[in-house]
Amino acid sequence: MDKHLHHISLNGREVTVDPAVGDRLSHTLREDLHQLDVKIGCDAGDCGACTVLVDGDPICACLMPTHQAIGKQVETLAGMSEIDPIAGKLMDSFQHHGAAQCGVCTPGMLTTAVALLRENPTPSSAQVEDALGGVLCRCTGYRKIIDAVVDTGAAPCDLEGNGHVGDAIQRLDGADKVTGTELFGDDVAPRDALVIAVIRSPFPRAKFAFGGLDEWVKATDGISAVLTHADVPGQNVFGVIPDFADQPVFAETETRFRGEAVAAVIGTHQVMQNFAAETFPVTWTQLHAVETVTEALDVTAPQLHLGRDGNVMCGGYVTTGDPQTALKDADVIVQGRFQTGFVEHAYIEPEAGFAQMVDGRIEVHACTQAPVMDLDALEIILGWDRKDIRILPTAVGGGFGAKLDLSVQPYLALAAIKTGKPVRIAYSRMESMQSSTKRHPSDITLKIGATAKGRIKGFDFLGHFNTGAYASWGPTVANRVPVHASGPYQIDDYRAESVGVHTHNPPAGAFRGFGVPQSAIAQESLFDELADKLGMDRLEFRMLNALDNHVPTVCGQRFEQGVGIKSCFAALRKPWDEHRAKCDQFNRDNDVLKRGVGIAGGWYGCGNTSLPNPSTIKAGIKADGSVVLHQGAMDIGQGANTVITQIFATALGVPVHQITLVGADTDQTPDAGKTSASRQTYVSGNAARLSGEAMRAQLLQRANAAKGSKIEITQGVIQFSGEHGETVIDVSGLPVDHQGYVFVSEETYDPPTKPLDENGQGAPYAQFGYAAHLVTVEVDTRLGTVKPLLFVAAHDVGKAINPTLVEGQVQGGIAQGLGMTLMEEYIPGRTENLHDYLIPTMGDVPPIETIIIEEPDAHGPYGAKGLGEHVLIPTAPAILNAIKDATGVRLYQVPATPARVRAAIKEYANGK
Amino acid sequence: MKLASRRKKGCVVTYFAPTTLDDALKLLRDQPLDVVAGCTDYFPTRTQAPFTRGILDVSKIAGLQGISALDDGIRIGAATRWSDIARTTLPGSWAGLQAAARQVGSLQIQNAGTVGGNICNASPAADGMPPLLTLNATVEIQGPNGVRHLPLAEFVTGVRQTDLQPGELVVALHIPNLPTHSHGAFEKLGSRRYLVISVTMVAVVIACDAAGRIEFARVAVGACSPVAQRLHDLEVNLIGQTAQEACITPDDLQGLSPISDLRASAEFRLDAVAEQIRRALLKASLTNG
Ligand SMILES: Cc1cc2nc3c(=O)[nH]c(=O)nc-3n(C[C@H](O)[C@H](O)[C@H](O)COP(=O)(O)OP(=O)(O)OC[C@H]3O[C@@H](n4cnc5c(N)ncnc54)[C@H](O)[C@@H]3O)c2cc1C
Ligand code: FES
Ligand code: FES
Repeated sequence: MDKHLHHISLNGREVTVDPAVGDRLSHTLREDLHQLDVKIGCDAGDCGACTVLVDGDPICACLMPTHQAIGKQVETLAGMSEIDPIAGKLMDSFQHHGAAQCGVCTPGMLTTAVALLRENPTPSSAQVEDALGGVLCRCTGYRKIIDAVVDTGAAPCDLEGNGHVGDAIQRLDGADKVTGTELFGDDVAPRDALVIAVIRSPFPRAKFAFGGLDEWVKATDGISAVLTHADVPGQNVFGVIPDFADQPVFAETETRFRGEAVAAVIGTHQVMQNFAAETFPVTWTQLHAVETVTEALDVTAPQLHLGRDGNVMCGGYVTTGDPQTALKDADVIVQGRFQTGFVEHAYIEPEAGFAQMVDGRIEVHACTQAPVMDLDALEIILGWDRKDIRILPTAVGGGFGAKLDLSVQPYLALAAIKTGKPVRIAYSRMESMQSSTKRHPSDITLKIGATAKGRIKGFDFLGHFNTGAYASWGPTVANRVPVHASGPYQIDDYRAESVGVHTHNPPAGAFRGFGVPQSAIAQESLFDELADKLGMDRLEFRMLNALDNHVPTVCGQRFEQGVGIKSCFAALRKPWDEHRAKCDQFNRDNDVLKRGVGIAGGWYGCGNTSLPNPSTIKAGIKADGSVVLHQGAMDIGQGANTVITQIFATALGVPVHQITLVGADTDQTPDAGKTSASRQTYVSGNAARLSGEAMRAQLLQRANAAKGSKIEITQGVIQFSGEHGETVIDVSGLPVDHQGYVFVSEETYDPPTKPLDENGQGAPYAQFGYAAHLVTVEVDTRLGTVKPLLFVAAHDVGKAINPTLVEGQVQGGIAQGLGMTLMEEYIPGRTENLHDYLIPTMGDVPPIETIIIEEPDAHGPYGAKGLGEHVLIPTAPAILNAIKDATGVRLYQVPATPARVRAAIKEYANGK
Repeated sequence: MKLASRRKKGCVVTYFAPTTLDDALKLLRDQPLDVVAGCTDYFPTRTQAPFTRGILDVSKIAGLQGISALDDGIRIGAATRWSDIARTTLPGSWAGLQAAARQVGSLQIQNAGTVGGNICNASPAADGMPPLLTLNATVEIQGPNGVRHLPLAEFVTGVRQTDLQPGELVVALHIPNLPTHSHGAFEKLGSRRYLVISVTMVAVVIACDAAGRIEFARVAVGACSPVAQRLHDLEVNLIGQTAQEACITPDDLQGLSPISDLRASAEFRLDAVAEQIRRALLKASLTNG
């Protein structure tokens, strides 16, 4: 082949490139020049993750033909992080502010910000927003990024003290995120590994037939093999809940959702780059599909799964007291029907990974929230002994629930086994959106009564949840919703029923909150309606009915301590009065723009519902005195690596920076369970505490040191000082185990829960976390646009192990809640990219004040409670309540797009 | 100029980045080529299929770049990027176009996307169209038969359709001089702050007399018909009114034919547009003078 070599200046070095026609700069940078700090989130200009500077200007590398960059100066984060002084300061500022969570958007944010700061060293927040608005982040809620850019160059604050529980230290794994060296799912494979492409159904429901696959493989250059269900050696089924496992790796005769896999093609990197799925020999016959719950429940509807009659997957039920009589006797009653749509997780990193055979074992490297569950699933799919399977999670560029389910893992394992070669796959954005799980659409009817004095009297809830084609975490949603639908309130006469219904849609699964954000919309909206009907202050009404210590929940569970919802509401009292007064003033002066304040509360049980969910954390001390923590709790950006190490360090009594982290790796780290249900800080945190305490006890015993002794570990020597005086043990000479440890501790924690009876009575969780949000919105009554102006979020976290990380979770959760309320709706076939599926940008998330409430929990490590999911539970209803406050209009459906808001305002005005 | 040939399945495709218009037109005459500028519309709409045609990149052609003064107006090269339009100091009547430039996608998109690409792509939601219509832009086209000029409203003929003939390129847009005291404004409505395709948008250019009465008016609306359009009747009606008292009636919007889609209903679009016109007039009148 004739060579056409050209030069690009890459990070100040001349490099030669030989692009094919149409190669994108992002592709050349990553695949040919190994510039893996350039991330690909969409390949379409919609996310900005691939931003590089070309002749100083930020551009999307995915939209620039490499040929266009010839002769130009291209700068990427990796280059800047080494030499650019502005980038250096900015990276410090990002670390200090906690502006990188998962870190996958960070290279795009940093390159864009460097371009801004070169022109304007002291930008305002608004200027930062204008400049960085083209880079999406799904984790942080943007505010910390804005702060980090504005504060660049401010005196850096070093890691102070010992980093124990309560210290706002920087993330321990942050350095790689801000230099762009963190390796995500698509960054670990050898670049010449074989590439897998999945063939997916173009229809929600279809029959299909393959045409001569063997012949096609032989006749097609560069194709090594094709995989179909016939290549699955074990069982062609997976699912996160064993009793409900129902999803095939490859559909066998009929597909049940648009985007479902039927086959996979494995070929060389060069050929697969331009592989057009349309050329694959398969013929489709579209079949009648049911896409809504109503259609699916119709008696004539096609049945998705044998044994799930009427397309009902399962349901959940909680009742106490006598709700019907209570409602009859209530002085006031409100009711409503509330609807929500599919919501996409939209993490910026599409699913990706790599697999290879090593000494007869299969090794799968992929982004995941649940490495051990991946292993469990592959054991069944491959029909292999689990000791022959190793899962090595890569860094995870956001998960929020969807990376709990299998995605690329089975294709990778099957392809590596079939070809015997290293294989890789990275989903396109469209593939990721079509095939990953979603938040359940809900259709909820709710009726609530109250006495004239304002006490809740009767609560009747029925929610239908569209669970899509497969169960995924649908049963969990069905279970959790009736337990949580009361909100954090005392309701003596209660009935809540949920039904999960199969449809020909992508599986709905876990998404931050497992159905509770949907039920909270109904409950918290109607609480405002009740308060208004009673003529009571909306906050006062909630305070009056809020749960407290010793007061039973709707499941009959009484907590003797740690119920923090009243403290959350109390913390909002002042902002509530202040902001309402400000809005009144504003509204007196403005006719078109109207402002309003909304509040809402929420609660969330940490850990699995009435099921065991243990975590194990192991630690070891080496002969040289180094302390190693085997930390298998996946850090998907939320900060588990940091928080769990802080807890362990506190329990052991050594500074956090002395601890080396290992993991996650199913060969090296014991099972710390999945990163879901806001359980890692609480459950794995407890295991880390126990492990630290056990290690400490062992050391003290060995040294015969007093209980409260101070431990200092230096090169090969551990020193103890306390009541007993001073002792020293020399560990350098002690015998070591097979892993090189002289001391080992491995401890497990499993939250105490009790099963629920047929009425949902029992002890579903050992702890709940509590939250209350306040938001001020401005509604443009003529255009229907809603602009949140500020949030105040009070969160009872028991004990803030790391306050910066708490704020990060709060801000990120609120941004997601805001998106779900105002703009996000996934419609298969129509919003399968980040151009049409809109998530909040930097200009859409207002300042967020976090108020940390610490009502210690007896079960939590140092009193800590889980947090991740709690955050977006009150957000949506708080915004809807604020819209009502501003305009008098109650919205019953989200997203509250400008068109819907405006239509409601017009209808209201006509009806008045 | 010829940057690469790569044999792909037997056919040779080449990436051309000529620096002169003559070379570009000659290449176009000789073979079928995909014309690209900033590629911000080109790449997202492409599938993964192999490139069977070569590419003609117009971004390096002399004369297609930048904004320059003519005797009777101003010329914008077709390959001028949105960020260049936003940064250049221009007359007040261009304020709408400059505001639109700052709202196309994101900074990244503005640093690549061009005004020529925007009109050639012929999306009903192209943000450049309404302000360019209010500026009475004409399109300079060159092709095998030489140069021709076409009013912008005639150049874009439908959804993703233009009057561009095989072998032709858009070279520039010409904006005739406007009353010096005229001022433009642009209103864009979307569901989020950045990176959003317009649900509807409105551009105006008006000039007012000393008493604040409108004496010159142009109003154009996008995303409410297959091609963005001027509202000529409304423009006539506005003469003599002040921006504050201007009243937009359903009759004024009769030429529009919005669709209902993912982003909004047709009814909403009409409703929103009336309000946006009011606001744009107000904005333009406040900065007038
Ligand atoms: C994330 C994202 C956000 C966007 N947001 C917006 C937005 O808010 N508003 C908006 O209006 N648009 C938006 N766009 C669309 C796009 O950026 C603009 O339309 C841009 O102006 C296109 O210019 P380009 O140079 O990139 O066109 P290209 O993609 O290079 O070309 C587009 C079309 O025009 C043709 N063409 C280009 N130049 C010439 C020429 N000189 N002669 C003949 N034919 C030519 C090409 O053949 C092609 O068919 C967005 C795009 C993306 C990816
Ligand atoms: S990957 Fe380029 S913008 Fe998303
Ligand atoms: S930190 Fe921004 S996407 Fe995860």
